Amino acid sequence: MIETVDKIFSILGESLPALIHGLELTIFLTFTSLLIGVLIGIIVAFMKISHVRILNRIADVYLTVVRGLPLIVLIVILYFGITNIVTLSRFWAGVFALAFHNGAYIGEIFRGTIQSIDRGQMEASRSLGMTYFLAMRRIILPQAFKRAIPPLGNQFIIGLKDSSLVFVIGLNELWGTGQSIAARTLMQLETYLIVGLFYLMLVLFFSWLVERIERKMDVEGKREVIRL
Amino acid sequence: MIKIKRLNKFFGELHVLRNIDLQIDESEVVVIIGASGSGKSTLLRCINFLEYSQEGEVIINDEVIDPTQTDLNRIRQEVGMVFQHFNLFPHKNVIENIIEAPVYVKGLSKNEAMDIGRALLNKVGLSDKENAYPSQLSGGQKQRVAIARALAMQPVAMLFDEPTSALDPELVGEVLQVMKELAKEGMTMAVVTHEMGFAREMADRVIVMDNGMIIEEGSPKQIFENPKEERTREFLSKVLK
Repeated sequence: MIETVDKIFSILGESLPALIHGLELTIFLTFTSLLIGVLIGIIVAFMKISHVRILNRIADVYLTVVRGLPLIVLIVILYFGITNIVTLSRFWAGVFALAFHNGAYIGEIFRGTIQSIDRGQMEASRSLGMTYFLAMRRIILPQAFKRAIPPLGNQFIIGLKDSSLVFVIGLNELWGTGQSIAARTLMQLETYLIVGLFYLMLVLFFSWLVERIERKMDVEGKREVIRL
Repeated sequence: MIKIKRLNKFFGELHVLRNIDLQIDESEVVVIIGASGSGKSTLLRCINFLEYSQEGEVIINDEVIDPTQTDLNRIRQEVGMVFQHFNLFPHKNVIENIIEAPVYVKGLSKNEAMDIGRALLNKVGLSDKENAYPSQLSGGQKQRVAIARALAMQPVAMLFDEPTSALDPELVGEVLQVMKELAKEGMTMAVVTHEMGFAREMADRVIVMDNGMIIEEGSPKQIFENPKEERTREFLSKVLK
């Protein structure tokens, strides 16, 4: 026990800058990929609810691919696929792969919350002479986005943890950094404990942030929990 | 003002409106009654094209409306609608609900719209609720806001789709009161309702629907006191207990 603690401190003393660097890269990867993922998600959600068949189909194929492939497989396929066509840094290849993956799940979240808005809202808007797009922008989407915050926060945390998988294309984010430290020092357990702790801290910070946003936005059902 | 000619509407195989002919004149109050599933609401929704019919014509102010050609948003501005479940915008407060369409559809300035909105709130007796959110209002108050919201577009006619059916009995009166005032001011109205008292008192003409058809129409006196059709009598005996 004491030995383990000693080892942890020695790793931290020696490799803290590298770990911090890995942590930064993880944060940056996560935020960039989730931001792009949200944009993809919005587009996919609209393709799914659109009445244009071909758009539904394209969205379905995309969702099937993302759901059907392990993320790690998707990352390497996209990495080798994309870098064959255009030169792309590992970082952007990683970002794109994660965004591609998260975009599908975020798209489903948006589609679900848009469709959860009572159809009377659209009917009332149209009956007042609003166009479909105006009604979407002013009435439906503000309500849908608010409802999307809790599942979106959840997906963001999953996305954060999943970002560790881009180590396979040689990105030294938190997990990748941990791996090289473990290989060099042969203190596997201790290194991975530190890495785990770093992820945990990130997730806790993120959960706290989501919670705050939910409270600030007064997300429905946040205050009252019905007990039966 | 509103004319419907030989309207036929199907939901898949289901023939929900059969050869409907109907005319609503300016300032006329037409009340549509009939059993549930008889097509009353669908008929109303065909007038502002929330539903499309497969056959027949809808003519508003001498203009034949072709949903593939006409700008329906313009037509819908002319014909206000009030729904059974209010459909207020929950993320907006009362005055924002009312000025939304005047500002974003008609392009009025916020100040102009606010003036119209406040006058309408006063009219429906809810001046003190300007900044309340729909969740803070009773059903009757919500429906009065919904009426004000529709009126804010200054429509030439109003459609009411069972406006009191979702209300607690003690709240029905306040909504009917607003509708009566509107009728007295000469608003052209088509009202689907189960409130036979309102029909009797306010209707210029009562339309009885059954199984997608208009089976009888006439003055309230005629329909309630001397119905010709057996099915009308049957329906009335059920609702007038």
